[in-house]
Amino acid sequence: MKRMRLSPQLVGAYAIVAIGALMMLGPFWFMFVFATHTNREILSLPPPLWFGDAFLDNLRQLLTSLPHFWKNVGWSFYIALVSTALNLFFCSLAGFAFALYDFKYRDALFAFVMATMLLPSFVGMIPTALIMSWLEWMNQPRALYVPGAVGALGIFMMRQYIRSAIPKELVDAARIDGCGEFAIYWRIVLPLIGPALGTLGLITFIGSWNNFIGPLIVIRDMEMYTVPLALRSLQGTGQIPWGPISAGSAIAVLPLLVLFMLASRRLIDGLTAGAVKS
Amino acid sequence: MPKRRPTMHARTATSTAETKAIARPARGRSRRPWLSKRRAPYLFISPFFILFAVFGLFPLLFSVYLSFHRWDPAAGLAAMRFVGLENYLYVLQDDEWFHKSVYNTLWLAVVSGLPQHLVALPLAFFFHRALGRWRNAVVGVYFLPFITSTVAISLVFSSLFSRDFGVVNATLTSLHQVPVLGWLFPEQNIDWGQPGYTKWMIAFVVWWRYVGWNAVLYLSAMQTIPRDLYEAATIDGATPWQQFRWITLPLLKPMIFFAVTLTIIGNLQLFEEPFILTGGTGGIGQAGKTAAMHMYGTAFVDGDFGTASAIAWLLFLLIGAATWANNRLLGQREEGTR
Repeated sequence: MKRMRLSPQLVGAYAIVAIGALMMLGPFWFMFVFATHTNREILSLPPPLWFGDAFLDNLRQLLTSLPHFWKNVGWSFYIALVSTALNLFFCSLAGFAFALYDFKYRDALFAFVMATMLLPSFVGMIPTALIMSWLEWMNQPRALYVPGAVGALGIFMMRQYIRSAIPKELVDAARIDGCGEFAIYWRIVLPLIGPALGTLGLITFIGSWNNFIGPLIVIRDMEMYTVPLALRSLQGTGQIPWGPISAGSAIAVLPLLVLFMLASRRLIDGLTAGAVKS
Repeated sequence: MPKRRPTMHARTATSTAETKAIARPARGRSRRPWLSKRRAPYLFISPFFILFAVFGLFPLLFSVYLSFHRWDPAAGLAAMRFVGLENYLYVLQDDEWFHKSVYNTLWLAVVSGLPQHLVALPLAFFFHRALGRWRNAVVGVYFLPFITSTVAISLVFSSLFSRDFGVVNATLTSLHQVPVLGWLFPEQNIDWGQPGYTKWMIAFVVWWRYVGWNAVLYLSAMQTIPRDLYEAATIDGATPWQQFRWITLPLLKPMIFFAVTLTIIGNLQLFEEPFILTGGTGGIGQAGKTAAMHMYGTAFVDGDFGTASAIAWLLFLLIGAATWANNRLLGQREEGTR
């Protein structure tokens, strides 16, 4: 599309959008800057705008208040990775079934899967806590990755992609050659749906990494905390240690920034794809 | 240590099927494989239905049950006492914090939600029309808040909003010095912890997090609008504003409906941002306590699961009513004209 001619209004619009962009980035900037300053420097006027040299001090303080912080980071990674692996497997398997098989009640079952997205998740929050304690899954990572091991949105994404990327004839030909049903999935479908797996993987990983309410309800033991819970526990009464908090937040946000820089296009397209089609 | 075991458990059902199916293929079609073409799809979709039954449907039904009972969880399941609608009546009539938290939730939904869309629409139009090769980078910047950890970024915001040394106050008071427009900004530092200001702070953070997401939604819908419409309009001498008003906006209506629905559903369940920004307390005078926070507190701080379940269902009704109203306002008419 041709660019619009440069008018005063357009220059104004550019300026506003640029200020907006600064507003979007500002909190990230200050998070990284504060992570490298002592509390005294942060609580001075004007506030620091450029990096200092107190990062390691802040990290040391963070590890004093949260002795298990690295373990917490480990749990966050572990839960996010397991949950991503489970989702990729189960969503693609179900998406494959919905996309390339004809079976009785297929459309009704698929409609049902889609309808579950409308159910209010927060209503189930209270009983979920009870179920987890009955199962004796409290304080266990499985309480976080098992319930969400396969989701309706993931199944939808996979079905759409498999339908458009894999012709039915290919599957039929494999079957005639004696390929078993699971082998069709594992050897033919899975290698062909890399892009969709990548997108779903990113979305699941980020969702799990950022999840706060889930762990808030099922994880009580500080040693088992995920990163958001650990960070939140730094909030207390009295003097708030902004330096260490910023350092911890920076560590929590860094993996996301890296992922986003590597794959922002795919992530944005993946997250909006469902919306545009509907 | 629950390291690998759970994964194995969850997979047992399929893994037997897997090994058998993999062992078969070479043997040809003469023998019927265990995992037949007829059975396979049901097996493949079954994990979803099993997990949904246990962790989706059962909790919902159990929550209905709980909402009609008075129960102290510490006393065991036998201590549950049926009380009919008592929990609901209590919440509706006597639970002062419920009323306050619903008011806060609605206030936040409107004050953070409306500007999200009022800004996102023109912003997306600008992304679409006026940004060349910089588009992806700029869109990425606006989208970034949406994917970051709410807890981490809300903690950062609570430091930015601190009264005496916060960046926000420093910026606002220095903008007060600006000629002509200076009067728009405060001369003194604002105490964002005070009831009158807490909600504004929360609304800003929520707006900040979601404005880019909405802009991206609108942008993706705008990209499906045929270019020749704009080209024809340009030839006819339509200004960008006129094109936005008379081409983009009408064609975007389905997406506006969709995006507003998402905002309504999300904002009425608002939890993480106010929870962190008010230190989990709801702030002075509970000015920043949302209905979801009230539900959480009733269940997990007060230990009153029955009342909390009633709150959950009342909140659900509220969300239902709001989406219905939105459907009447933005959705229905679209169908009628078609």
